[in-house]
Amino acid sequence: MFDYQFFIEVLVGGLLSGVMYSLVAIGFVLIYKTSGVLNFAQGAMLLFAALTFVSLVERGVPFWLGAGVTLVIMVALGVAVERVVLRPLVNQSPMALFMATLGLSYVIEGAAQLLWGTQVHGLDLGIKDIPFEVGGVLISQFDLFAAAIAGTLVTAFALFFRYTRTGLAFRAVADDQFAALAVGLRLSRVWAAVWTAAGVVALVAGLLWGARLGVQFSLSLVVLKALPVLVLGGFDSVAGAIVGGLLIGAIEKLAEVYVGPLLGGGIEAWAAYVVALAFLLLRPSGLFGQKLVERV
Amino acid sequence: MLLSKSLRTAALAAALAIGAALPVYADEQFFPLQSYRVGPYAAGGTGFFGGFIDYLNLVNIRDGGVNGVKLTWEEGETQYEVERGVEVYERLKNHPGVAAWNPLSVGIAYAMIDRITKDKVPLITINHGRTDSTDGRVFPYVFPLLLNPYSETSGIVNYIATREGGTDKLKGKKIVVLYHGSPYGKETIPIYQLLADKYGFSLEQIEVPHPGNEQQSQWLSIRRAKADYVVLRGWGVMNPVALKTAQKVGFPVDHIIGNVWSNSEEDVIPAGDAAKGYVAITTQASGAEYPVLQEIIKTVYGAGKGNLDDKKRIGSVYHNLGIVNGILNVEAIRIAQQKFGKRTLSGDEVRWGFEHLQLDPARVEALGAKGLFHSINVTWDNHEGDGRVTFQQWDGVKWKVVSDWIAPDWASLRPTIEKSAAAYAAEHNIKIRTSDDTAVSE
Repeated sequence: MFDYQFFIEVLVGGLLSGVMYSLVAIGFVLIYKTSGVLNFAQGAMLLFAALTFVSLVERGVPFWLGAGVTLVIMVALGVAVERVVLRPLVNQSPMALFMATLGLSYVIEGAAQLLWGTQVHGLDLGIKDIPFEVGGVLISQFDLFAAAIAGTLVTAFALFFRYTRTGLAFRAVADDQFAALAVGLRLSRVWAAVWTAAGVVALVAGLLWGARLGVQFSLSLVVLKALPVLVLGGFDSVAGAIVGGLLIGAIEKLAEVYVGPLLGGGIEAWAAYVVALAFLLLRPSGLFGQKLVERV
Repeated sequence: MLLSKSLRTAALAAALAIGAALPVYADEQFFPLQSYRVGPYAAGGTGFFGGFIDYLNLVNIRDGGVNGVKLTWEEGETQYEVERGVEVYERLKNHPGVAAWNPLSVGIAYAMIDRITKDKVPLITINHGRTDSTDGRVFPYVFPLLLNPYSETSGIVNYIATREGGTDKLKGKKIVVLYHGSPYGKETIPIYQLLADKYGFSLEQIEVPHPGNEQQSQWLSIRRAKADYVVLRGWGVMNPVALKTAQKVGFPVDHIIGNVWSNSEEDVIPAGDAAKGYVAITTQASGAEYPVLQEIIKTVYGAGKGNLDDKKRIGSVYHNLGIVNGILNVEAIRIAQQKFGKRTLSGDEVRWGFEHLQLDPARVEALGAKGLFHSINVTWDNHEGDGRVTFQQWDGVKWKVVSDWIAPDWASLRPTIEKSAAAYAAEHNIKIRTSDDTAVSE
């Protein structure tokens, strides 16, 4: 007989995991939306932020001061990336920019280890991961906390994009770079702001993922979880990143539990990519992505 | 003319300077080290190679080398990548006096087997590597010292039996093996099945895809299966995530038994409180209270030659594994010197030393390692050497030994090992050695 309670437990667990994927995906979306660059260094930025924060705290820096200092460092990193990597590559092909971010990810990972060492660290945000029961279903306190943070972040970005001048500039650049330039927007300044925002997202995601996995080198691998989310939700939609994350989280967990045993198990990593591939064939721009229409 | 004379003088001076800078190879035994101090596995690499070098330094400083033969080494960074490991092999293999290779990497070790066999130099894969390389009849130059994966499996099941009150109490129990989705993780699948059939426990084996940073579905399945014990056969980030996710689904942590690559401080510290009470197998105890560790602290670190940047890591699991690995390598050289002379040995002569590496508890104590590891008894056809295992429990700060030294059930595992080795020999057209074929080649 089908165990509905277990099904709901797997589904809820998957949705909450999906929120964590969305957090990473949002960092990609911000940069892609405004500059058309798929920033492969987002995972390395996440690692750098978490490692910097935890290293400061372990050296006796108070929690909030550590977060503030890390934030300043991430802002500096964002501005430096714009100056050193992006600006010299203006008008280069998207592939050249993608390769630049790929190289950048190695540089950031290496710099993180050079600065802070190779040891792994625990990260305690003060949120216990002890489950509580609702109708026989166990729900993780930590995952709920992460979902609340993600929700707050998305709301903040939505308000920022809609009601601030910088947010408006982001949207203008995202809509048409040449038109934005024509009306006097400074592209370099917008990109620096975008990379800074991506740095902030990296810090938030880094702290949450770091608390979950420990702060270690493999933290940068969480980008692999974001890629199918982006394909599903669309590369240029924050809402798409959220919905895509929820869908991918739920699908991979249900697939692992109910289909995995038929295929020998261990399918959740590639099951997400199967779904993404299918979506790519049916709807290349994703659920919420902007459809690209070009006159040939 | 004057210029020409000056040039000749300068050239002569330069040649003399270069000559002075070149290393002298007389009476030196060389260890090429395929280390990994950066990259995703650097935490383990710095600990293991740090311990290995610390022990070599101790022998050099305290004893002037092994019977006057100085131990030397050179590191090549691999970042745990197979192609880099092979590149380091090709670069350093012609160095005079190579004693043995110690890559601490399954992938690099696999890629080296044909090469070291052709070059007649030992390959040491302490606690890891191909299980069937235990069979020295087929793998004369490969030594999975102390523990191969099958022995580890048997040791874990024997420990669970001890906790339950005997092997007869295993009947009806449910054991879940949570394994890393890689050839390493899958290697013990048939052996757990073999032991489940033998002892009558119910078995479920669940794969976690690499790297293992998401395990919600696997642990929900474990909870639904009502497992009595979970064996964690993990690697890297998979280990702390397993412990955290177990807490999330309410599975008792002291019923999770980690394998030999899930037993380090790096595996538990990131899990925080969720790791308190976790138990894992080991061949070498952690801690710095053993005489050999104290000597290293006093002699090597006291002389400013310690290899670990962070002295708090002295006595950690990987550091102690490196020290034990150093002891085994040095003793193999010492044993070989007794037969071939107190000089730089060839790789094949060191191989002979490993094939006679017999350290009983009394000899282990004399080496200052009583309690650090139990003993080893390598022979020409048993390259693992019947290492004993113990189990340690994480108390939130350090590991504490919670069992006696336990012997795996080698006799029942040997037929499976020989069958696999025979298949390898047939596939690679290898003549199976006999005890008459163990002499050192000229």
